[in-house]
Amino acid sequence: MSDQAFGRRDFLKTAVVGGAAAATTGIAQPQSAQAQQPPAPAAAPAAPAVEGYEFLNLEEAAFVEALVDHMVPADDLSPKGTDIGINVYIDRALAGAWGKGDRLYLQGPWKRGVPNQGYQLPLTPAELYRAGIAATNGHCRNTYGKTFDRLDEAQREAVLVALSSGKLTFENGLPSRVFWGTVYETVMQGMFADPIHGGNRNKAGWRMLGFPGAIAVNRENIAKYRDKPFPTDPVGIADLS
Amino acid sequence: MATKLKEVDVVVVGLGWTGGILSKELAEAGLKVVALERGAMRTPANDYSLPNIRDELRYAVHKDLMMDVARDTLTVRNNPSQEALPMRRLGSFLPGEVVGGAAVHWSGHTWRWTDMELRIRSMYEERYGKKFIPGDMTIQDWGVTYAELEPYYDRFEYTAAVSGKAGNLGGQIRAGGNPFEAPRKRDYPLPPLTQNLAGVLFAEAASKAGYHPFPRPTANASQAYTNPDGAHFGACQYCGYCQKYGCEANAKGSPHVAVIPLVMRNPNFELRTHSWVTTVNKDSDGRRVTGVTYTNVLNGEEFEQPAGIVLLCAYALNNVHLMLLSGLGQPYDPVAQTGVIGKNYCYQTGAGATLFFENRRFNPFMAGGGTNTTIDDFNVNWDFDRGPHGFVGAYNVSAGHNSGAPIEYRPLPRGTPQWGTAWKKARAKWYQGAMGIGSSGSVMANRYNWLDLDPTYRNAFGQPLMRMTFDYKENEQKIGAHAAKIVNDLARSMNPTHLTEATVRASWTVVPYQSTHNTGGTIMGTNPRDSAVNRYLQSWDYHNLFTVGANVFPHNSSYNPTGPVGALTYWAADAIKNRYLKNPGPLVQA
Repeated sequence: MSDQAFGRRDFLKTAVVGGAAAATTGIAQPQSAQAQQPPAPAAAPAAPAVEGYEFLNLEEAAFVEALVDHMVPADDLSPKGTDIGINVYIDRALAGAWGKGDRLYLQGPWKRGVPNQGYQLPLTPAELYRAGIAATNGHCRNTYGKTFDRLDEAQREAVLVALSSGKLTFENGLPSRVFWGTVYETVMQGMFADPIHGGNRNKAGWRMLGFPGAIAVNRENIAKYRDKPFPTDPVGIADLS
Repeated sequence: MATKLKEVDVVVVGLGWTGGILSKELAEAGLKVVALERGAMRTPANDYSLPNIRDELRYAVHKDLMMDVARDTLTVRNNPSQEALPMRRLGSFLPGEVVGGAAVHWSGHTWRWTDMELRIRSMYEERYGKKFIPGDMTIQDWGVTYAELEPYYDRFEYTAAVSGKAGNLGGQIRAGGNPFEAPRKRDYPLPPLTQNLAGVLFAEAASKAGYHPFPRPTANASQAYTNPDGAHFGACQYCGYCQKYGCEANAKGSPHVAVIPLVMRNPNFELRTHSWVTTVNKDSDGRRVTGVTYTNVLNGEEFEQPAGIVLLCAYALNNVHLMLLSGLGQPYDPVAQTGVIGKNYCYQTGAGATLFFENRRFNPFMAGGGTNTTIDDFNVNWDFDRGPHGFVGAYNVSAGHNSGAPIEYRPLPRGTPQWGTAWKKARAKWYQGAMGIGSSGSVMANRYNWLDLDPTYRNAFGQPLMRMTFDYKENEQKIGAHAAKIVNDLARSMNPTHLTEATVRASWTVVPYQSTHNTGGTIMGTNPRDSAVNRYLQSWDYHNLFTVGANVFPHNSSYNPTGPVGALTYWAADAIKNRYLKNPGPLVQA
């Protein structure tokens, strides 16, 4: 296990200390230069520095970035999670109405219930995320002496396996599987929701599947392309607005 | 104090299919009709248009058109020994909350329920004897027959632009249709939808096994269409954004296309949106209701709307809730077996398999709400002998993609990693290579499945939530086991590369989505001891109160409920127009 080089988390801490000048580093890059960059995954810039976060604090941002890059690594199917904005999607989702508990009945009393009764925590999704990241990082510190974002690949994998299988018990009493379920769904949303929501940048998730997106006039296609590949260059809501 | 408004002839609670049809019929008959809708007005041009309607996150995941459970929900439990807890988030079923109701975001599947449902107790007792029906199975005849409803099914199918193929035209069996359906006087108004690959492959396998596949009848217009009232429909574009979305092509048979625009033009009709009905008010004589009390949810102001006739046309569960909140009729008590309000709540069961084919291209995103091929050999086929299997009821089996929207459509063989490059590879491969075979099974009424008011939890109006006590009983387990076996046999006959087998639903859970087919609670029947409403959906207790919706079904079949909901609505409309108005009082003597 080798110590990672000067990480993004360290950069962010420095940026805060450094104040406005450091914080603007990201947007100093000219738009045109960005546009001219080849679409190759490895070449994409560290977009979140440009975007900024509405909800995630430093530790949470580092966690989410490490998480989405581990779950969605760069390969020949798509760029890595942060390069397609899954972290940005998650941040916006948690900062927005859904994260604040829109369409969630939040009146007590609070009981554990049985699994058939569904979600029963007194937490909005944003509160659940915040508590879950803190608890997962607590587990990582206890086990590995460092937070999730500082773990190596194999350690990250072990933590996610423990989380997803329900083997990880949080000391703060938060049910780890409920946290994982929410995390997993938001990663899926960040990869496959329309790009207007901040993720699925350049429709990378849709391209991976061959999903055509918002254009869907298939009256003539349904018989013509039955059992045949349908050529797609996916189109999102912004492309049509 | 509520502001008392001027009396109208009819007040309609909820403007979806049932409220839309009744408003139109009664306004055209010359009655002054006010409809109170808790949701907002939304129109296809303004709200369901491209590109914004094609937003899976907003409509399917965050459920933009659906009931806001932060304001009102239910509590749920599987049995009386549990403590019911709130359904804090929508899951198992998805009621609507806009003008048009759940019929804005429905898929369109429209069936004719036969005498095997409408005369269920009689038919099973005649064939199998009284002992065949378990003592706690509280099924009963509905008090209406298929022959009586046939013209009303026809009326609804032509109103809603149903596409399908007749299988039994006046007793003559027609190739390509459902040979087991009850006889119909004429064909569907439109030919069936084009089936996608999953439906074609399923039809081949089902035929080879000796079954009788047919294209599912569905209110997705296969061609441009004008209904008998003059409402125009566009042709279905197989866009794959049907269920959970409003239709941008006006091709889905929804009330905001088929009936509501017509009544909106009628000067006898007034719609008040954002109007949340909290109580139906009773007359001091105990034989009539006087109107309703509602809250304008835009400012919290309360109104009393007096009316000569009150029509409860909200979602099935909300109709029952309103009856319980208003103290109309005697609440059902499963221990004493007294009372009727809340009785015979039913849902549906099912079992589904997922098949993975190495070299197929299903293009799951090319789909309509009803692009499904179905077999009814184990459903409305009375020659299928339930005797050896020991269950009452049935199931249908079908296949066909309805959406490939990728947040929710994530078919993967068992054992696939959940993340990483291996996950991505599998995700890309099987997105195109998977199909499902599903079955939908009936649920028989049971003494211990019911609805009442929750003792603890309240809604935003300070009223008790409704409490749902429900689970599958032995009968449903048997149906599910039989269905799973047939589904798996068919799936194996298709030689998939991988197969995730169908299994029985052991117990009902509030997550994930299953179907918005909640029935019962204010059931219809032949006498006031066993039912809340008579065969015309008229309250036995209050003759100027009608409850209209699947809440009147005494049990649930395997079919989607909207066909009989539509037929019974036209049937009730005729009874009100032609009989009740002439002589207000009970239409059936108790």
